[in-house]
Amino acid sequence: MSRWLIWALILLLLVLSAVSLLAGTVWLDPAQTLAALFDPHPDLARLIVTEVRLPRLVLALLVGGILGLSGAVLQGLLRNPLAEPGLLGVSSGASLGAVIALYYGFSASFALATPLFGLAGALLTIGVALALSRLGGTLALILAGVAVSSIAGAGVNLALNLAPNPFAAYEIMTWLMGSLTDRSWDHVLLAAPFILLGGAMLLLTGRALDALALGEAQAESLGIDVRRIRLLALLGTAFGVGAATAVTGAIGFVGLIAPHIVRPLVGHRPGATLVPATLVGAAIVLTADIATRVLRVGADIKLGVFISVVGAPFFLWLVLHVRRTAP
Amino acid sequence: MSDLALNGITLRRRSRVVLDAVDARFLGGRLTAVIGPNGAGKSSLLDVAAGLLVPDAGSVTLGGEPLRAIGRTALARRRAYLPQSPRIDWAISVERVVALGLTAHLPAFGGLPLRWQPQINAALARYDLADLRDRPATELSGGELARVMLARATVGSPEILIVDEPTAGLDPRHALDAGRRLRALADEGCTVIVALHDLDLALRIADDAVALKQGHVVAAGPVDAVFTDAVLGSLYDVGVSVRHDGSGATIRFTD
Repeated sequence: MSRWLIWALILLLLVLSAVSLLAGTVWLDPAQTLAALFDPHPDLARLIVTEVRLPRLVLALLVGGILGLSGAVLQGLLRNPLAEPGLLGVSSGASLGAVIALYYGFSASFALATPLFGLAGALLTIGVALALSRLGGTLALILAGVAVSSIAGAGVNLALNLAPNPFAAYEIMTWLMGSLTDRSWDHVLLAAPFILLGGAMLLLTGRALDALALGEAQAESLGIDVRRIRLLALLGTAFGVGAATAVTGAIGFVGLIAPHIVRPLVGHRPGATLVPATLVGAAIVLTADIATRVLRVGADIKLGVFISVVGAPFFLWLVLHVRRTAP
Repeated sequence: MSDLALNGITLRRRSRVVLDAVDARFLGGRLTAVIGPNGAGKSSLLDVAAGLLVPDAGSVTLGGEPLRAIGRTALARRRAYLPQSPRIDWAISVERVVALGLTAHLPAFGGLPLRWQPQINAALARYDLADLRDRPATELSGGELARVMLARATVGSPEILIVDEPTAGLDPRHALDAGRRLRALADEGCTVIVALHDLDLALRIADDAVALKQGHVVAAGPVDAVFTDAVLGSLYDVGVSVRHDGSGATIRFTD
């Protein structure tokens, strides 16, 4: 059973969380960190821990978790090992929304404009993808997602092309690379309700995803309302990944890789991958965030870039490795 | 034992009429073969009978109760369905694939309750799958997969089993084996509805038959009444002779 796996992953996350609070430009020792957490007197250590590293840690866990969970649900729903949240246009929709906020300068006058616009963009794209695929099945949904995603991508490129000055283009580019730097409790408060809501919706699909391994007709015959499950998975992804992308920028590969890592460990059952994939997603983002803080190679490495650079070759290896077991 | 009845079923796909005012009755504890040429509407009829397709007109009743009144989960516990050429998308073990047949009986969350293990073991044993229980279902031969799917469909002891072309792609030995297993289920009281192209096999295992052509029921009733030269000849638009001898009956097609 996968219970030992879940406990092992929770233990790993606890260790990573502790490291995340200690590591950075200013290294703290455990005693300082504990004192900072529980001592009401403000000092530099307390400021670093509670106002910088703790919100960053919470965001890393939430964002990584929802990316892993959403990837696992979409791979099960679409019965496609290459599915990931980006496939349905959620990430690019959120990116376009955020880019509009940056481009028109809303973000300069109101700090949370970028994530709010990002969230609106994610919900809008998934709404359009859903409407376009209403009459068709899984393939129609994938195609609609790809189409909407391309349109949003074109919008982002257009904004970069027409950027009023190099600084605007730079700001957009930087945002697109994905990062947890300078994220505050405001970002956590904005994203957490949507991520938790989306996560709850996605977790409800577990049993149905198992049945869907037999195809849609058999799943229906087993009492699964496939349309309802599809809606739950898409809205859950839109809320969760939309909110995550809105506060951190685009972070790819986590949703693709996390389910692949856990699948052989849980006997390949789609429903059984959900919780472990959530934990693995959180561990990947947290590890990458720690790495970007600890590894100093010239300029700041953005979180999204780091994960892509490490994740893409790893994914290639994974594809070659799991090809034996894939149908 | 529950009778399944289709009353005045009309089904349209876009503007095309797939089933036209079809009446059919599948008697409890009997094996009914649904036969007819390609495109006759056999699969659609089975999908409507299973409650997976909602007809444009007419109603389906199970034991006198309309399917729509029974409810999705309750129906899933009473009726099992296997589409043509079923496949499995992930490398799930045979045992867990068979357990998927219990989906409608399980709570929304959590693992498989232990009290279901005896049923799963019995289904694995019955379909000679005990040695394959840990094998990934993606690594099975056609004959093995057919047995896994039958075990999956019957693990919850359904009242009705609806199967679309269970012998497609199987060699004669495995086709006969599948037919024998369906016959055994009917003998135990399960209402079995099976679409078949293999008329010799249908003649061998079925109690009743429904002959379908271009969305109409051409003939229905006990298998001997349907499997006649005249009915089969007009059904397939070829010459047919049904020959009875000591070892059973064979069907021969002529130009």
